Amino acid sequence: MLSNLLKIIISAAIVDNMVFIRYIALCSYVGVTNSIDASIGMAFAVIFVQTIATAITWIIFHLFMQGLEFLEIIVFIFTIAALVQLVEIYLKKNVPSLYKAMGIYLPLITTNCMILAVTFINIDKNYTFIESLVYALGTSFGYGLALLILAGVRERLRLSNIPKFFKGYPIVFTSMALIAIAFLGFKGLIK
Amino acid sequence: MKKNIFKEFTKGLFKENPILIIMLGLCSCLAVSTDVSNALGMSLGFSFVLIISELLVSIFRKIIPNEVRIPIFLIFIAVPTTIVDLVMKAYFPSLSKSMGVFIPLIVVNCIVLGRIEAFSYKKNFVENLMDSLGMALGYSWVIIVLSIIREIFGKGTFLGIRVMPEVYQPMSILTSPPGGFFLIAVFIALLNGILKRRS
Repeated sequence: MLSNLLKIIISAAIVDNMVFIRYIALCSYVGVTNSIDASIGMAFAVIFVQTIATAITWIIFHLFMQGLEFLEIIVFIFTIAALVQLVEIYLKKNVPSLYKAMGIYLPLITTNCMILAVTFINIDKNYTFIESLVYALGTSFGYGLALLILAGVRERLRLSNIPKFFKGYPIVFTSMALIAIAFLGFKGLIK
Repeated sequence: MKKNIFKEFTKGLFKENPILIIMLGLCSCLAVSTDVSNALGMSLGFSFVLIISELLVSIFRKIIPNEVRIPIFLIFIAVPTTIVDLVMKAYFPSLSKSMGVFIPLIVVNCIVLGRIEAFSYKKNFVENLMDSLGMALGYSWVIIVLSIIREIFGKGTFLGIRVMPEVYQPMSILTSPPGGFFLIAVFIALLNGILKRRS
């Protein structure tokens, strides 16, 4: 049981890293890694929302949606949109310090493909409640890791001498390619 | 007037290309471009969703209240996405399986919501038709060209048929994530360079 959960968390965070191996959540990823501070805020916001969203969509799907599976897309996107709004309002009122740290990233999260993708994958793979929570934690942790790595690299890139046409996004993608090669090295770590 | 409308169409192809210039919708672009057949399926599905949702918003824009516009936009996107998902599952089961989670993910594709929010909500029907056609074509040509390069050189095949001679050793790095990231970097650099030369 425990080894199974450990397997899920490692494969979700590192071996099947959402950004570098499965190409999910790239838009927000490229946008946010401009600065390390923004990356940290985004990473925690994603971990927070991802776990809650997974728990709620799992419960909704397994309790209320027998025979209504074709409505999955509509129901899930609305659950997540409503959830993000509620979390934002709650944090603003009751935990202002936390809101200050990750408030501006919350609206962005509704269109972060990763939140929706992970809820779909959980249903596809038939995970139990605990397994899907662990999977959500693993993927969002892997996403945070990826954010921090690229944010650090981009901080360095600002000072380096780059060919004229590769300035801006091209060099960012080239560095992502090199980091992805490193992540490919973890392939086969878990059978 | 006529020239203006034509401009709405052509801007999506190069000058405001959704993938290479605005940098949206990258996830599906890189994930499905390992095979030409996947890229064709994805570009058809995406174009359908984009065109239908932009037209729906342009029809109903006068009666959508400003405060709740985002949830209403989400309905207009989620409905065509569900249609595409179900049609793919029914008629092209193998294609649907190989693209996996990326068809339902059209619903959070940033291009669709971005275009609706920035363009459709303010413009009329004809302009929206032109804009959505241009953006859909701009998205499609990028992923199809990308997939042709990745499949021919990465696997030695085209649409599943072997085209490279037997002695050719496929560069499998092109079909894996690093190759995808590197190719898109080269594409962006090329397009930026060409546009800069011209202006």
